[in-house]
Amino acid sequence: MIKNTSHIDTTNQVISIRGLEKSFGELSVLRGVDLDVNKGENVVVLGKSGTGKSVLIKIICGLLRPDRGSVNVLGEEIEQLSEKELQAIRLKIGFSFQNGALYDSMTVRGNLEFPLERNFRHLSRNEINQAVEEVLDNVGLLDMINQMPASLSGGQRKRIGIARTLILRPEIMLYDEPTAGLDPITCIDINNLINEVQQKYHTSSIIITHDLTCAKATGDRIAMLLDGRFLQHGTFDDVFESDNPAVKAFYEYNFIQ
Amino acid sequence: MDSNTKSTPVARKYILSKSVDSVFLGVYNGFMFIARFFREVFQPPFEFKEIVRQCYEIGYRSLALISMTGFITGIVFTKQSRPSLSDFGATSWLPSLISIAVLRALAPLVTAIIAAGKVGSNIGAELGSMRVTEQIDAMEVSATNPFKFLVVTRVVATSLMIPILMLYTAFVALVGSFIDIHQHELTSYVSFIEKAFERISFLDFWSSLIKSLIFGFTIGMVGCYKGYNASQGTEGVGKAANASVVLAMFLIFLEEIVVVQITNYIRP
Repeated sequence: MIKNTSHIDTTNQVISIRGLEKSFGELSVLRGVDLDVNKGENVVVLGKSGTGKSVLIKIICGLLRPDRGSVNVLGEEIEQLSEKELQAIRLKIGFSFQNGALYDSMTVRGNLEFPLERNFRHLSRNEINQAVEEVLDNVGLLDMINQMPASLSGGQRKRIGIARTLILRPEIMLYDEPTAGLDPITCIDINNLINEVQQKYHTSSIIITHDLTCAKATGDRIAMLLDGRFLQHGTFDDVFESDNPAVKAFYEYNFIQ
Repeated sequence: MDSNTKSTPVARKYILSKSVDSVFLGVYNGFMFIARFFREVFQPPFEFKEIVRQCYEIGYRSLALISMTGFITGIVFTKQSRPSLSDFGATSWLPSLISIAVLRALAPLVTAIIAAGKVGSNIGAELGSMRVTEQIDAMEVSATNPFKFLVVTRVVATSLMIPILMLYTAFVALVGSFIDIHQHELTSYVSFIEKAFERISFLDFWSSLIKSLIFGFTIGMVGCYKGYNASQGTEGVGKAANASVVLAMFLIFLEEIVVVQITNYIRP
């Protein structure tokens, strides 16, 4: 399936990263990463486990601090923001965690109400209910509204996790391994959901994955991370037609899998 | 580092200096955590609903155990004290002795130790589990302050509830004591109450209340600190729960000594 890319505004970059470096003790994870994400674009960051893919998106939303380099999100330098300004920018960024990270002590409804009640205190009970039901309907899980997270399957947890971020109407979505640990059918559902979110909510996204099917289905552009640097940029076909042995090895490994 | 290098003086010094560093770093981080609590506790928005929920949870979780322990403490302490007093023909002093012992020391300590075990470990495990499953990160990225919602509410709740539970423990212990005294000395409840409160001063009452507030703050703060900073997956959750109890109990006994010294200094 070839994705329609007419909605991408290449003159308007929502994320711009330059020379990003991050180490944990003596382990250097990111070693000079440059990346641009255009408005309305889905960029897939591919790479082996432990190459710093998740670290990259955690730096973008301010969960981790970089050692060096600049991260510009929606025109703001993340490093220079005060705590209050960072909170304001986080409202525009949705983060879908690998395992959903749903609040165990709350029902699905509670999970979705939580960010809404705290960030939009003026909303009435009716408006909150309406927003919760609408977003749950969009991810196809309205009937799970009163369930506890423990009773949901892996795929459902991820969908609810995505719904919880969508309720704040973010401009940017960051997906951390959205299809990891799921069966192939559920993976297809999640891939479709990521594309629906892009279309319906007009989001720009970074999708972290090592799943080539997910990369092909959701990515307008692929960036391949290896040893802390981007090795290849381009469309899916551009990247995997490359002669680079590391890229070829990644492709062949996924193909065998 | 292999077993040979481990035993060299340089290696031993290195290990020792790392351990000392980590202790000081832990103390520094602990104080920073407390400072953040005081910075955020008075800043709106206030999570009243969550504080009430936490108060209910803490009370509900500890009530049965505290009732039983308080009651048994009252009976046992009465039974243990009777022979010594009867040697001097002073069994009529039992209610005063018990009430002073219960209010000044037993009720605050028994309540705090039980709460450290029940509530402190629960807070450590709950927050630890939230940390390792990225729930705390999820709160942070959804522009919610997890420290305010998780830490401030729990510490306020333990600081409020432990003094209330302490008063309840004291009451239950005195009931236990009364039952035993009534059986042996046939003392009426009116006479028991009169004698029990005869020797109790405002200083006893307030010092115990303040002491319990400090114990409650310690239990909440230690549980939250250990849970909030948990790492290393499920193993980290277990460690956080365990460390919450051990450190809280150690600090409670230290605080007991300090408060008793201060109270005795003030006492006329």
